[in-house]
Amino acid sequence: MDNLIALLVAAPLLGAAVLLCGGRRLDAVGHWIGTVLASASFVIGAILFADMLGKDEEHRAIGQHLFSWIPVEGFQADVAFQLDQLSMTFVLLITGVGSLIHVYSIGYMEHDERRRRFFGYLNLFLAAMLLLVLADNYLLLYVGWEGVGLASYLLIGFWQHKPSAATAAKKAFLVNRVGDMGLSIAIMLMFTTFGTFAFGPVLEATGETGEGKLTAIGLMLLLAACGKSAQVPLQSWLGDAMEGPTPVSALIHAATMVTAGVYLIVRSGEIFNAAPDAQLVTTVVGAVTLLFGAIVGCAKDDIKKALAGSTMSQIGYMILAAGLGPIGYVFAIMHLVTHGFFKAGLFLGAGSVMHGMNDEVDMRKYGGLRKHMPVTFVTFGLGYLAIIGFPGLSGFFSKDKIIEAAFAKGGTEGWILGSVALLGAAITAFYMTRVMLMTFFGEKRWQPDEKGNEPHPHESPRSMTIPMIVLAFGSVFAGGFFGIGDRFLHWLEPVTEHAHGHPPIGATAITLSTVTVMIVGVGLAYLQYGRRPVPVVAPRGSLLTRAARRDLLQDDFNHVVLVRGGEHLTRSLVYVDHTLVDGVVNGTAASMGGLSGRLRKLQNGYARSYAVSMFGGAAILIAATLLMRAV
Amino acid sequence: MSFPLLTATAALPAIGAIATAAVPAARRTAAKWLALLVSLATLALAVIVLVRFDPDGDRYQLTESHSWIKDFGVRYELGVDGIAVALIALTALLIPFVILAGWHDADPLETHSSRWRPTQGFFALILAVEAMVIISFEATDVFLFYIFFEAMLIPMYFLIGGFGDRAHAGSDEHAAAQRSYAAVKFLLYNLAGGLIMLAAVIGLYVVAGNFSLQEIAEARANGSLDMATNTERWLFLGFFFAFAVKAPLWPLHTWLPNAMGESTAPVAVLITAVVDKVGTFAMLRFCLQLFPEASKWATPAILVLALISIIYGALLAVGQRDIKRLVAYASISHFGFIIMGIFAMTSQGQSGATLYMVNHGISTAALMLVAGFLITRRGSRLIADYGGVQKVAPVLAGTFLIGSLATLSLPGLAPFVSEFLVLIGTFARYPVIGIIATFGIVLAALYTLVLYQRTMTGPVKPEVSAMPDLKVRELVVVAPLIALLIFLGVYPKPLTDIVNPAVKQTMSDVHKKDPKPEVEAAK
Amino acid sequence: MNPVNYLYLAALLFTIGASGVLIRRNAIVVFMCIELMLNACNLAFVAFSRMHGNLDGQIIAFFTMVVAAAEVVVGLAIIVSLFRSRHSASVDDASLMKL
Repeated sequence: MDNLIALLVAAPLLGAAVLLCGGRRLDAVGHWIGTVLASASFVIGAILFADMLGKDEEHRAIGQHLFSWIPVEGFQADVAFQLDQLSMTFVLLITGVGSLIHVYSIGYMEHDERRRRFFGYLNLFLAAMLLLVLADNYLLLYVGWEGVGLASYLLIGFWQHKPSAATAAKKAFLVNRVGDMGLSIAIMLMFTTFGTFAFGPVLEATGETGEGKLTAIGLMLLLAACGKSAQVPLQSWLGDAMEGPTPVSALIHAATMVTAGVYLIVRSGEIFNAAPDAQLVTTVVGAVTLLFGAIVGCAKDDIKKALAGSTMSQIGYMILAAGLGPIGYVFAIMHLVTHGFFKAGLFLGAGSVMHGMNDEVDMRKYGGLRKHMPVTFVTFGLGYLAIIGFPGLSGFFSKDKIIEAAFAKGGTEGWILGSVALLGAAITAFYMTRVMLMTFFGEKRWQPDEKGNEPHPHESPRSMTIPMIVLAFGSVFAGGFFGIGDRFLHWLEPVTEHAHGHPPIGATAITLSTVTVMIVGVGLAYLQYGRRPVPVVAPRGSLLTRAARRDLLQDDFNHVVLVRGGEHLTRSLVYVDHTLVDGVVNGTAASMGGLSGRLRKLQNGYARSYAVSMFGGAAILIAATLLMRAV
Repeated sequence: MSFPLLTATAALPAIGAIATAAVPAARRTAAKWLALLVSLATLALAVIVLVRFDPDGDRYQLTESHSWIKDFGVRYELGVDGIAVALIALTALLIPFVILAGWHDADPLETHSSRWRPTQGFFALILAVEAMVIISFEATDVFLFYIFFEAMLIPMYFLIGGFGDRAHAGSDEHAAAQRSYAAVKFLLYNLAGGLIMLAAVIGLYVVAGNFSLQEIAEARANGSLDMATNTERWLFLGFFFAFAVKAPLWPLHTWLPNAMGESTAPVAVLITAVVDKVGTFAMLRFCLQLFPEASKWATPAILVLALISIIYGALLAVGQRDIKRLVAYASISHFGFIIMGIFAMTSQGQSGATLYMVNHGISTAALMLVAGFLITRRGSRLIADYGGVQKVAPVLAGTFLIGSLATLSLPGLAPFVSEFLVLIGTFARYPVIGIIATFGIVLAALYTLVLYQRTMTGPVKPEVSAMPDLKVRELVVVAPLIALLIFLGVYPKPLTDIVNPAVKQTMSDVHKKDPKPEVEAAK
Repeated sequence: MNPVNYLYLAALLFTIGASGVLIRRNAIVVFMCIELMLNACNLAFVAFSRMHGNLDGQIIAFFTMVVAAAEVVVGLAIIVSLFRSRHSASVDDASLMKL
């Protein structure tokens, strides 16, 4: 059974290799190869899951050692896998949602001449993501970590002929690299502190070193998580990443890759547990991002960017929960899984809408689509209810637990974090209702474009709707299945540990207030977008709205400080290199040239003057010889 | 007496060079094939060296020793350790690709008469460089090493000055002026370094009485040869200066962008991937072995210079408008990593530096050769002249992307392994320097991806719309390099097995032990 | 007679010759001055030979004469061909040997 773990990674990797090297010959069947291999990975995952369920809790974690990767004196890095309950959860989520999105893409990318390549990249992503969650040491995790970054780069920039897509891809990779720097520094710190970076030995030895070291490691891991999971201050890439094809946004930038940061923190739980300062920073980052993303989500008219803001915000919840320590780990992962379902479903719904609307993304040009796309409407609607935490649906169970845990942190921090989480829930309800109303309700607002093509909204093909229906099922029932009877908690507890939090106010009160703020949010959105017609051209809006449309000016800040500043720096360095460093050398050469130019003048060509110098030289020699003798 | 394998490995390309040069003017293609066959035969010999080398055996193996200039104690002594074996293999591996990539670079233009025969000269010079580089890796006699270290400048000078890049923005006269400027700059820089080294070589002879690396190193180790602290430092600086010019280390780097920019892509690969490696290799072999104490004394200064090289080279690469100059500055940044790894004085750092030399050779060759194919197609080196190549030549763009990713050290490709080892090795002893150097990986992503974005993506520019994709010959050049990058990225063990014992020796030469981790974690 | 006087004479002749080489422009005169210097040396050699009582100086003097004769042959040939091409025997006219 252990040997199957490598196959999980190998199947999609094979797909990527075949599809990317195969050339045009495979164009006709490429998408099937990709889908079959992704599904194969899911089947293997399911077999391993069944096997795992058959064992008792103590013996569920298995591992597979493939080969020694970088054997160097005093340094041991292996290609070895570890499959425990936490990894298993991710494997099922990644391969499950991944396979569904492969199926969806068959229809969505039907008219793209580079579809084979698209599936190659998707398979590459699956392989890298599985490597990330299956690695048994931080360095191998790092390989997967950058691998998903590469796949994300390739997929965001899939439509490379659009300069905006190419720029967005580059930006995503660069911002992620800043995070990766954190991860590599964390690994280096682990190496100097523990002499290894395998999960087991490092996490067991956390007690033997000082809190300072652990805080440093924790903060560096958090930096890495911020990059990958689009948390403040490294969140700016996620909105732009929506330039990629919609299935990519659903798989990578909603359900799986962006949650890798949460995985990293939960996986490194022992380090964070022993470093309260790092935990506090983590919760703050999570809380800030959850508001940040929610506010941005309220202002965007681009349906995908609104959803991207929402993703950021929901991951903020997870990071917040992960920062709470043992009282939050399980709920972070639980929210991650339910979010994987409903957010992937929402994105696929958005893609379906765009598919029917000639790739229009501006929600102000939608309206009343529920009549034209009933399946999309229903599945999107269920996802919507799940994300706002409608009682009984997935999001309700997972988000409520996080809010409860935030209050349970205790003290002033608990109150602040809890209130922020509650506020976030209200805003979530507001912006999601806004999206829902602008897209599916009201009057039709689309018009013919310049060429006179009027969109004819229509329902998407079966290959696209089926994955949406499956995900909608997940959005509805996953939370209940996990939450009722604490099934999920018991499943994960052996890996992540769990401490029961005691919020200062009753759990029922918290649930009630969550539902209340949700209703308030929905109501406000209804008043603004449901009762009144939505203007086709966006109104100017308040200062906050305008700032939120520009991602709360964070991009402008980056542009002014980093991009412009960087340009000036490099330009002046190029100048310095040319004039100063090179100038010194060229100057030396020039002065030597000048000196020899002067000396050259002595050669005037007159035999007499040569004779004079000969006589002079001889006279000096003789004089010197006589002088030496005399002395 | 056994077969002098090392001599043969170096002599074969030398003989090949003469034979290639002697091919009659009209038989141009025959000369090319001859050069290619000779380089492949050399590769075969290098593989034999690799196989015959026993990583767990003596430090120097396959040794040869003959008296040469008795009066000065100069001997013809050859021997290889693991580091040298790896680099000989790299050199012998890259040369066939260089020859194949430069297949048409020295073809006569229509305007030249039929007596024009630089085609033969081009390939003969490449083989001559190969011979000299290989013997520099093999020499264990300081004087012998010095001779070939310097002699290699001559063929390189002609390769840079005589066979420039035809894709030049300015007029022919301007191009010729730029080219000769670059060639002279290359020559003067390296001669200046070599001159100072010559003084140090003579100084070493005065102090030690012979030129044998093994004898001197042994005498230094067992204490029978004592050097005054100041003498050792001066001699060290003399050697190091020459190697730092060749490597090149900031602020002695400015010859590299000129030389790489003006020469053809294969020659640029020859410079950065092969010839420059002699500099870093010699730091490991000569500086550390002959002058261990002085090396430790100079470490802080050298590390800072290396760090500046890393960041400075990367920042300048971002600011370049010329594709080849960009790669040159990227190489400066990478050489910073190599030197940092060598002088971090940890096993990880030095193993990483050695791997880095090999991996950088392969990755730069891949990137630069593809860039060369691109430049030949369009006839321009300026980044701004490209755009949307991905659409018309996807295979070219794909290989270019892989080369770029290798340059930015993506995990899974070979350079990652070495770069991470260097970083972790440095961090273990000098955390602050290690952390600052880590910024280099962000900057590397910036310059490679900006290059890729500006040339390959976006709308197709009219000038590139008819650009053909890679031909079979070009694919034969690139594909094996990429395969090797992936293989060594996933399974570098064959390489580390060879390198590790040599690094262990070097570490004991300088009397350094790896810093112990704070907590001895349960394994 | 005191042989040192011969040395004084030789020095005087040498000086006259040297000044002539440096000052005069006519190639023939310069040439004659060179001969004068050579012969001054010869005189000194012979005088030293006499003073030290061995024959070394005299033998060297013969060598010098042979060299001087050879030099005259080559030198006059150069001067003649120079005169033919330039119609002047001034050494300053032959000043092309400069950068």
